[in-house]
Amino acid sequence: MNIDLQAREIKPLRNTFAHVAKYVGDDKPASRYQEATFGAQPSANFHYRPTWDPQHEIFDAARSKIVLADWYVLKDPRQFYYASWTMARARQQDAMEANFQFVESRGMVDKMPDDVREKALRVLMPLRHAAWGANMNNSSICAYGYGTAFTAPAMFHAMDNLGVAQYLTRLGLVLGEPSVLEEGKQAWLQDAHWQVLRRYVEDTLVVKDPFELFVAQNLALDGLLYPLVYGSFVDDHVAMQGGTAVAMLTAFMTEWHEESARWVDAVVKAAGAESEANRVQISAWVQAWTQRAQAALAPIADLALADTGGRALDDAATLLAERCRKAGVQG
Amino acid sequence: MSNVFIAFQHNEESRPVVDAILADNPHAVAVHTPGLVKIDAPNRLQIRRATIEEQTGRPYDLQQLHVNLVTLSGHIDEDDDELTLSWKH
Repeated sequence: MNIDLQAREIKPLRNTFAHVAKYVGDDKPASRYQEATFGAQPSANFHYRPTWDPQHEIFDAARSKIVLADWYVLKDPRQFYYASWTMARARQQDAMEANFQFVESRGMVDKMPDDVREKALRVLMPLRHAAWGANMNNSSICAYGYGTAFTAPAMFHAMDNLGVAQYLTRLGLVLGEPSVLEEGKQAWLQDAHWQVLRRYVEDTLVVKDPFELFVAQNLALDGLLYPLVYGSFVDDHVAMQGGTAVAMLTAFMTEWHEESARWVDAVVKAAGAESEANRVQISAWVQAWTQRAQAALAPIADLALADTGGRALDDAATLLAERCRKAGVQG
Repeated sequence: MSNVFIAFQHNEESRPVVDAILADNPHAVAVHTPGLVKIDAPNRLQIRRATIEEQTGRPYDLQQLHVNLVTLSGHIDEDDDELTLSWKH
């Protein structure tokens, strides 16, 4: 008896779900990102308005001044959905784990000059609280924003910020005693250098418009803070003075900021391109919050880099202005 | 004139690679068989890292494509940015 094995192709009748096909067509299979994103926003049959906000539906695009005919235009160029995001971060986590191990096994911390170590701790430890603020703000964007394309990456971004705060905690524990964490908190609460930034972070915690919050946190503040602290301070200043260990332990922040900036820019660009009113509104937010962020970071640039701090902050501002220009809004 | 070809497992990881190849090589034809995508091209086929990165929006290491690579034919000319199949020596 012969058994004849054959592969037989079964052509699917449809390439994707109807609610996804509405956005990308049905002529070829949709990607996982598209299937996880398009049409996922609950949009109808809300029976009751939330008691805590009776002016709006539970998911309501009107919470933002930004008006978009279709919120799915705010696509993430990284195409992150849950699986691709966790896999990308897991790879980065492995690399960071290897960095921590390298620094600890080679005794690189002991080889650092004491003043460099203390300076790094003074600048980086209070930033745990700024990263936590960014976590809260992005959670808020996800909660009150509209459109899965916009809100899902915001939640990823929130968790990324929590990761940044955790790496800073671990860095503190590697570089010093556990008491450095408490000292960092006290500096965040008391030290005059940090109070303007703390006010900025606390003020953004109560911003109601999710898109304004997005601009204030992810574009204006992080767009200046990351190049200033992890670029000019850690990579250019601390690393040059024997603090390579610090640069290795904050490698994720630099890499992540560069990656996530592309998402932030793409969102701003798409929203601004929809209408002149959006563009004007976003530009107004960018200008107002960038100005405040610059004032908030000035004392920190001073603390971190002394004489060259002002110039480093100006460089970061130039970088941010260039990003805004490319995104089509006025910085 | 003869064909070169390259075949990948048909999955989410190889999708941007296939899309990039089809974008860069207008003469290439993708044939979908169960579980497999085979791309045929007359004479020459080029895979460019930059195009894959445009598709995914993330950095891509060309060596990653070997994870889903099933088979290929043609002489390989490979560096960090490009992988080219052709019959030229």
